[in-house]
Amino acid sequence: MRFVDEYRGEPEAQALFAALRRDTRQSWKLMEVCGGQTHTLMRSGIDRMLPGSVGLIHGPGCPVCVTPLELIDQALAVARRPEVIFTSFGDMLRVPGSTTDLLAVKSAGGDVRMVYSPLDAVKLARDNPDREVVFFAVGFETTAPPNAMAVWQAKRLGLGNFSILTSHVLVPPAMEAILSSPDCRVNGFLAAGHVCAVMGYWEYEPIAEKYRVPIVVTGFEPLDLLQGIHMAVKALEAGRWGVENQYVRAVTRDGNPAAQKLVTEVFEVCDRKWRGIGTIPRSGLRLREAFLAHDAERKFGVSGIVAEESPLCIAGEVLQGIRKPSECPAFGKQCNPERPLGAPMVSSEGACSAYYRYARLA
Amino acid sequence: MSGPRRGAPEAAGDLSLGPVCPVPISDYPTVQMAHGGGGRLTQQLIERMFVPSFSNPELERMHDGAVLAGGSERLAFSTDSYVVRPLFFPGGDIGSLAVHGTVNDLAMCGARPVALTCALILEEGLPMATLWRIVSSMKEAAAEVGVPIVTGDTKVVDRGKGDGVYINTAGIGRIPDGIDISPRRARPGDKVLLSGAIAEHGIAILSVREGLAFEAPIVSDSAALHGLVGPLLAALGERVHVLRDPTRGGVASALNEIASAAGVAIRLDEATLPVAPAVRGACEILGLDPLYVANEGKAIAIVAREAADEALAIWRRHPLGRQAVVIGEVGEGPAGLVTLRSSIGGSRIVDLLTGEQLPRIC
Repeated sequence: MRFVDEYRGEPEAQALFAALRRDTRQSWKLMEVCGGQTHTLMRSGIDRMLPGSVGLIHGPGCPVCVTPLELIDQALAVARRPEVIFTSFGDMLRVPGSTTDLLAVKSAGGDVRMVYSPLDAVKLARDNPDREVVFFAVGFETTAPPNAMAVWQAKRLGLGNFSILTSHVLVPPAMEAILSSPDCRVNGFLAAGHVCAVMGYWEYEPIAEKYRVPIVVTGFEPLDLLQGIHMAVKALEAGRWGVENQYVRAVTRDGNPAAQKLVTEVFEVCDRKWRGIGTIPRSGLRLREAFLAHDAERKFGVSGIVAEESPLCIAGEVLQGIRKPSECPAFGKQCNPERPLGAPMVSSEGACSAYYRYARLA
Repeated sequence: MSGPRRGAPEAAGDLSLGPVCPVPISDYPTVQMAHGGGGRLTQQLIERMFVPSFSNPELERMHDGAVLAGGSERLAFSTDSYVVRPLFFPGGDIGSLAVHGTVNDLAMCGARPVALTCALILEEGLPMATLWRIVSSMKEAAAEVGVPIVTGDTKVVDRGKGDGVYINTAGIGRIPDGIDISPRRARPGDKVLLSGAIAEHGIAILSVREGLAFEAPIVSDSAALHGLVGPLLAALGERVHVLRDPTRGGVASALNEIASAAGVAIRLDEATLPVAPAVRGACEILGLDPLYVANEGKAIAIVAREAADEALAIWRRHPLGRQAVVIGEVGEGPAGLVTLRSSIGGSRIVDLLTGEQLPRIC
């Protein structure tokens, strides 16, 4: 298949592995930021084929994983209301809150529906004027433009019955939080290609400069990741830092200005809590005042809900790359995809789930 | 699913049928969609509740149907219920599917279908024209297969208590002498054959149910497989060890069940897996793995190594087996483990899913 098979070839992969073995002289730790990249690494088996001196740390870029527990609890409270049609992307449905998840709310009678686009939720609001339609708007800069578009359209159409429960997060502040941590073990980053397709990569240049790290904007296919890893290793071996772009077929320095404009019109930057990590200043997006009529947290008065994480779960350390999923004492025991203690075990993009599904061979 | 269940003890080891439900209801106090998804929860329900309750040697073989001795000949006996939505989909409808599905369960026991039953559960208010279309389709499918529908039952439930039409069909078939098909017969060295491209039924249903439009229409592969299986058994007899139609849960789940039943490992080669470009594209977009998507007209055969070439040639001569391929082989162990060699030469575990696959956020 075009645009897929050319990035999955075995001879090309072997050539990149050989180049990596040739060019790697020291020991390096790279963090792939995005959960989708973690997924590809595990699915294709790259993680176990790399030279031993190149270690990968799985970053906090899985939207399902970093959405705070209390927001899941808020979603559950909203979804239980009889007047609400609660809509969400598929993989949020199984994320455990403090006591239960959205699928269980559905089986108990809540009207919980999976949608493929927030605009489908807007359509539901238009078709069901006597119901409240809520969309669970989580994710990084990738899902922010469609979510902004949904709110913008709902406002334009006068759909007072459409709202979003939002916990948008931003990549660059999370990278800074990791780099400034005294426990930081990361020598270089593979930045998330799709985030950069929207935002460009100019935001990463000051970070690379300040912390003197290479940041390689990287795609999601096996050869993308191998090439990104090779570029990062070559930069590290040469003592170079700065931003390089592996994903040239999708990413430019400036990104997508139309998408950025829409996001800025609808959302504003705010402090945001990350599941397992804590609050990172200016790391999230919330609705601007002009759009607050579409804010579900406010509309349903659920902002007071707070929640405690499981004491066994080390998701925070996993998301920051301090420990690997397999180093967690609960991994595969008290915590598995059927009984997840923390979100990274739930999402197919989550580092713990990816480890559980693909890496137990070792 | 009742969420994270922190600190809960591991599922009770005592599976005796006391007053306590053997499925750990502390985990699942109500039936979840995932209990019907063909993954781990379905397996748990069967293994912990149904098999111990109805315990007998035939049931414990965990095959698609039971094999009963009837005087000098052996009979296969199977049943299946059909709840598909929408009732009519590209490539078939609930009526033809109800015939094909049960015929296939019989065929996978190595049997020639002899007769079917048909039980209809109709919802009050169902248009008679719709029922007529479904019944006509069943008639046509049964005639094509050459198997009569010899007895039946009709129940009507209150409006709102059903979903239009549910169908149950049961069937019996005759197993010729010299045939011994059982998931337990997979042995190290055997080859794993697949009769054609995977994931077509699941993606066809998804595309109409969710209103997803793809460039090329994706059509269900719903078909009766006894005609494909018959010549294989006639030519190879006992050298055919296992047959299975990979329906719900797809090829991955079927092979996991076989690997567990036989106490062997199964190794697949990703590069050999046939997936039509349109189906593959849809799976890429939705973040679904075609290995876990349902088929309704494909067969897996595990045959003795020396019989593999002949088996392949026989299948390729049949219209439903033109794209037949060897997708892997059976190994000694680890018992119950299915692994896959990825397109770039890595390897990973192909595990049972907990529930249904959920499309990913981004």
